[in-house]
Amino acid sequence: MLDETPRFTAAVDRMVAHTQLSGWERVQMSRRLGRPGAMTFIKLICDSFMELHGDRLFGDDPAMVGGIGLIDGQAITFIGNRKGANLKENVRYNYGMSNPEGYRKALRLARQAERFSRPIVCFIDTPGAYSGIGSEERGIGEAIAQNLKAFSTLKTPILVFIIGEGGSGGALGIGVGDKLYMLEHAVYSVITPEGFASILLRDPSKAAEAAEAMKMTAHHLKEFSVIHDIVEEGSAEETAARIKAIIKRDLAVLCSKPPAHLVRYRIRKIRGIGEVSGIAKTWWKPLLEVFSKSGSLS
Amino acid sequence: MAELCTACGHEVRLDHFKICPSCGHYFPLNPGERIALIGDEGSFVEMEGTMVSANPISLAGYEEKLEENRKKSALNDAVTIGRCTIEGDAVIVGVMAFSFMGGSMGSVVGEKITQALLEGALEGVPVILCTASGGARMQEGIFSLMQMAKTASAAALLEETGTPLFIVLTNPTTGGVTASFAMLGDVILAEPGAIIGFAGPRVIEGTIGQQLPEGFQRAEFQQEKGFVDAIVNRTDLKRTLSFLIRTHRRGEVSHVG
Repeated sequence: MLDETPRFTAAVDRMVAHTQLSGWERVQMSRRLGRPGAMTFIKLICDSFMELHGDRLFGDDPAMVGGIGLIDGQAITFIGNRKGANLKENVRYNYGMSNPEGYRKALRLARQAERFSRPIVCFIDTPGAYSGIGSEERGIGEAIAQNLKAFSTLKTPILVFIIGEGGSGGALGIGVGDKLYMLEHAVYSVITPEGFASILLRDPSKAAEAAEAMKMTAHHLKEFSVIHDIVEEGSAEETAARIKAIIKRDLAVLCSKPPAHLVRYRIRKIRGIGEVSGIAKTWWKPLLEVFSKSGSLS
Repeated sequence: MAELCTACGHEVRLDHFKICPSCGHYFPLNPGERIALIGDEGSFVEMEGTMVSANPISLAGYEEKLEENRKKSALNDAVTIGRCTIEGDAVIVGVMAFSFMGGSMGSVVGEKITQALLEGALEGVPVILCTASGGARMQEGIFSLMQMAKTASAAALLEETGTPLFIVLTNPTTGGVTASFAMLGDVILAEPGAIIGFAGPRVIEGTIGQQLPEGFQRAEFQQEKGFVDAIVNRTDLKRTLSFLIRTHRRGEVSHVG
């Protein structure tokens, strides 16, 4: 019993810390310059990693990183939003905001992963998709839509970690998977608190108030069952070790399942999100049998 | 009854197409008017008409806002779905109402669009969705974002069963609706002049710090950029949809008489 006391105290401290941090403070923490990003975690988690560039259609989006990594001999396709560690890098990586070619690169690599029976791990850390002329001209809406459709039926395991800012459709564009996790100071929302404040509260300076009302912290999203679990943060190395342990644990289970089961489970989970009056229909479930054709992974 | 055209300011009398005879401006159609335009007379049977929204993130004022919109529009939420026939062919149809909270997609819109797609998939009946939306419904927080994934996964199921999805983009279609089912049609039609995009024009201007070019994000622009199959006049919409239904039957050589 005595041995457990320090851990117990630490747990209480953490609980106190959670309640003391406001939603707005977490938003600011999620955006802090120098917070470990996708590349930091990929390097810490993988024994080796090879980056793969380009969408084969238009170009290579530096704000989206993709490639193949090895963890104890297991090949995994990694996809993530890339922000800079400093101002200069941030400009180079467009503050983590992708153009359509970023989402199309992600889709290309995801399909490649499916074809070669590699599981996929996504790291989300973006304020949102880039809203510029070129982005619209090349169909940012269409690019995200195709990813939502494709990722929901991809016949390979997909794990999603929201590691910083989970901003709207730009985050969801690489955010459909079998299991979703959030770092404890990450946020995930339909719009930025600033956007919410200026549109709904009609006052952009009310972002802090909006951040509370929007319920966008990891704890809220777990309560809503939108994510599976929260990952405690420590140093970059400690957090990476926790993420790695989750990846190894989950993939051991998910890779042994027939891909059709994965897809059916994933679609049922997505289908269940939302609150409306009086429906709990199961009439559509026979449809899931269209995914039961193929054999198992690995 | 005469009314003022919002585009040219002339006093005009509108027929059921609701096109300004003076300048050609398209007035918005509510779901009932749209369905009357494309469906065979008396064939429409509504599905899930009584479904109403909950308040999933317990946002202050949302329930009052919904009630106010229900009263104002005589609709329960921003989409109407159901079955009808078009020139005798059975379809599942969904029509969004911009007049209800900007056509925003919350749990009800997401669920009803999903049900329309899944019914189509289950029965092998073509699905037609007419969009008009400012995007995700912010008042439902993360739940509204997830409706994008939900409707897109339903579109994937429809595709797996080999059943066609036809989209009619009307003014305006932006945000989370553009970035989900609206861009997933086997054929995507648009009404002339409709604003179609992901980010709103003001957001983009804010990002780039300059004014947008004339015609940016209009239906004609989207056709030029390759995201819209055809711009269809409202007066030709029923005929066009009928043509598409008859040319998208699987396992038959298409001889359309």
